[in-house]
Amino acid sequence: MERTFIEEDWMSKPDALVYDNHPETLIDRPLHYCPGCHHGVAHKEIMHVVEELGIQSEVIGVAPVGCSVFAYHYMNVDMQEAAHGRACAVATGIKRVRPDKTVFTYQGDGDLAAIGTAETLHAVNRGENILIIFINNAIYGMTGGQMAPTTLEGMQTSTTPYGRNIKDIGYPLKMTDLVAHLPGAYYVTRQSVHTPNAVRKFKKALKKAFEYLKDERGTCFVEIVSNCPSGWKMTPVESVSYIEEKMLPEFPVGDLKTPEK
Amino acid sequence: MSEGNGKDVRLMKGNEAFAEAAIRAGMDAYFGYPITPQSEALEYLTREIPKRQGVVVQAESEVAAINMIYGAAGAGARVMTSSSSPGVSLMQEGISYIASAELPCLLVNINRGGPGLGTIQPSQGDYFQSTRGGGHGDYRTPVLAPATVQEMVDFVFEGFRIAEEYRTPTLILADGALGQMMERVELPPEGSLPHEIPSWATTGKTPDRESNVITSLFIEPEKMEKVNEKLQEKYRSMEKEITFEAENVEDADIVVVAYGLSSRISQKAMHMAREKGIRVGSFRPKTLYPFPYEALGKLAETAKSFLVVEMNAGQMVEDVKLAVNGKRPVGFKGRMGGMIPDPDEILAAIENIDN
Repeated sequence: MERTFIEEDWMSKPDALVYDNHPETLIDRPLHYCPGCHHGVAHKEIMHVVEELGIQSEVIGVAPVGCSVFAYHYMNVDMQEAAHGRACAVATGIKRVRPDKTVFTYQGDGDLAAIGTAETLHAVNRGENILIIFINNAIYGMTGGQMAPTTLEGMQTSTTPYGRNIKDIGYPLKMTDLVAHLPGAYYVTRQSVHTPNAVRKFKKALKKAFEYLKDERGTCFVEIVSNCPSGWKMTPVESVSYIEEKMLPEFPVGDLKTPEK
Repeated sequence: MSEGNGKDVRLMKGNEAFAEAAIRAGMDAYFGYPITPQSEALEYLTREIPKRQGVVVQAESEVAAINMIYGAAGAGARVMTSSSSPGVSLMQEGISYIASAELPCLLVNINRGGPGLGTIQPSQGDYFQSTRGGGHGDYRTPVLAPATVQEMVDFVFEGFRIAEEYRTPTLILADGALGQMMERVELPPEGSLPHEIPSWATTGKTPDRESNVITSLFIEPEKMEKVNEKLQEKYRSMEKEITFEAENVEDADIVVVAYGLSSRISQKAMHMAREKGIRVGSFRPKTLYPFPYEALGKLAETAKSFLVVEMNAGQMVEDVKLAVNGKRPVGFKGRMGGMIPDPDEILAAIENIDN
C-alpha cells in the first residue's frame, strides 16, 4: 500500500513508522475513530505492552461510555463495557473477585473527570490494584464536541461557542494532579502520543505501570494528553501543533508519582 | 444454636438473616452502602466475611456499589447488594445495564416510605419500580416478596438460583419491618448451592477461546431488537417460577390480596372476619414478577369480590385488576408514607364490601 506522508520532517523518516507494526493482541479491523485520532495509537501501544509482557490471558479491560466504548472491538482481551463514569467501580468489582488478574480501565476526560470523578478518586483512594488509563483530549468526542472538564480556557467547543469562560464554568480539572496526592496511588504519570518520540515514552511508562501492578501496592494511573481533530475542528496536523502549543503547557508530561524505592 | 435435632435455628433480625443466608449460599462478594433501615446487612457482612470467606466492600455510593456488582458479576462471581428505597433509585441505571448485559446478581430492597427522602418507616411504595423494571428500557427483574424472616433467608437461596438460571438481576422486595423484626429462622447449611464460574465470564482470554465481552451496547437497531426479543422470551419463560400462597379461598366470597408484611396483617383480619361469619380468603403472591395472573383469574370465577391491601397508594391493585379482568369488583385499602395498616381497619374494609 502506498503511503502518503505529511510534510513535517519527523513524520516522514522511516524510523518514525510507529504505526507499521501490529501486535497479535490487536484485532485487525478498521478503526471507527476519526482520521488522525490518537485513540488508535493508544490502543495499539497498550496491546503491544500486553503482548510483550505476555499477559493476554491475565488481562481484563473496562471501556466505559465515550468514543472508546468500542475498545473491545480492537483489543483482543476479555473486556467489560461500563456505564458513563463507572469504569473504576466496575474494575473494582472485577479485581476484588479476580485478584490474580490484571485489570485496567480506558477512560476519556468526560467519563473520568466529570461524571466519574467520585468513582475515580475513591478507587484510587482505596488503592485498588488496577491501572487507570486516562485519555484527555479536552472535549466530549462521541456526543459531538461539547465542553469537557479538561477543556482549556478560551477553547471553543459546541457548548462553549464563545470559548471556555473560567469565570462562569471554572478551570480545567487536573485529575492526574489530584490523584497523585492520594496515598492509594502508586504510580502516576502524564504522557502524550502526538510524536513518535512521545509514543515511545508513553509505551515505556505504560509498561512500567503494568509491571508496577504486580507489586499490589496501589493504583497506577496513566494520563494520555491526546487530540480530537473532529471536535477541535482541526486537521490532524493542526491538532498535533495544538497539543504542543496549548495542551502540554496546561498538562505537562512527566511522572507525578513514582513508587518509593 | 441447635434445637438438638441437628438444625441450625436462631433468633435473627431480617437484615442479618438475609446477610447470613447469602454467606451460606456461597456469595463471593457483597458491595453496599449504608442506608436505614437496612444498614445491619452491611454491618453484619463487614463483621462476618473477614472471618469466613468472600469479599465485602463498602462503596462510596449506591451508584458505585451497583457498578461493582456489574463488574464482579461479569467476572463470574456470585454477588449481592442491598439497599433501601432512595438507594435503590440510585442503582436503577446499573440494574438496567446488568439486565441488558444478562448478568446474574441478587438485590435486596428493604423498602421505606417515600417519595423523596421520605421516612425510614416500612413501606411497599416501590412495587411499581420493582416489578416494571425500574430503570430505562424494556426489561424486568424477577421479584421475590418475603413475608417472614424465614422467607428472607429462603429467598436468598431461591434468588441466587433464579438469577443464575436466567442470567438476570433478581430482586428481593421486603419492607423496613421485615428488615428490622426478629423471628425464629432455620438456616440452611453452607455449600448447599453449588456455583461454577460461567464460560462467558471475563476471567482472562485463553488461547482456546475468543475474548469474552460483557456489554449492553448494541448500536445497530436490528441487533438491539434481537436482544430485546431474547430478553422478552426469557421473561416469558420465567412464568414457571410463579409462586403464591392461598388460604381459605375455596368458599371465599371476598379474597384479600396482599404481599409481604401487609399479607400477615390481612391474614389476621381474615380470621377476625371468619369469626364474624364473613367468608374471607387470602391470596399472597410470593413472586411479584412474574405475577400470578392466572391463579387470581381463576379465583374470579368463585369469589364475589377482591380487596387488595398494600402499604402504598395502590400499585399491586393494578395487577390484580388485570388478573380479574373486570369479572369482579376489586377494592383497595392502603396506608402510605411508612404507616402500617392494623387488622381492624382491614376488617372494616372487608365489612364495607360485605355490606
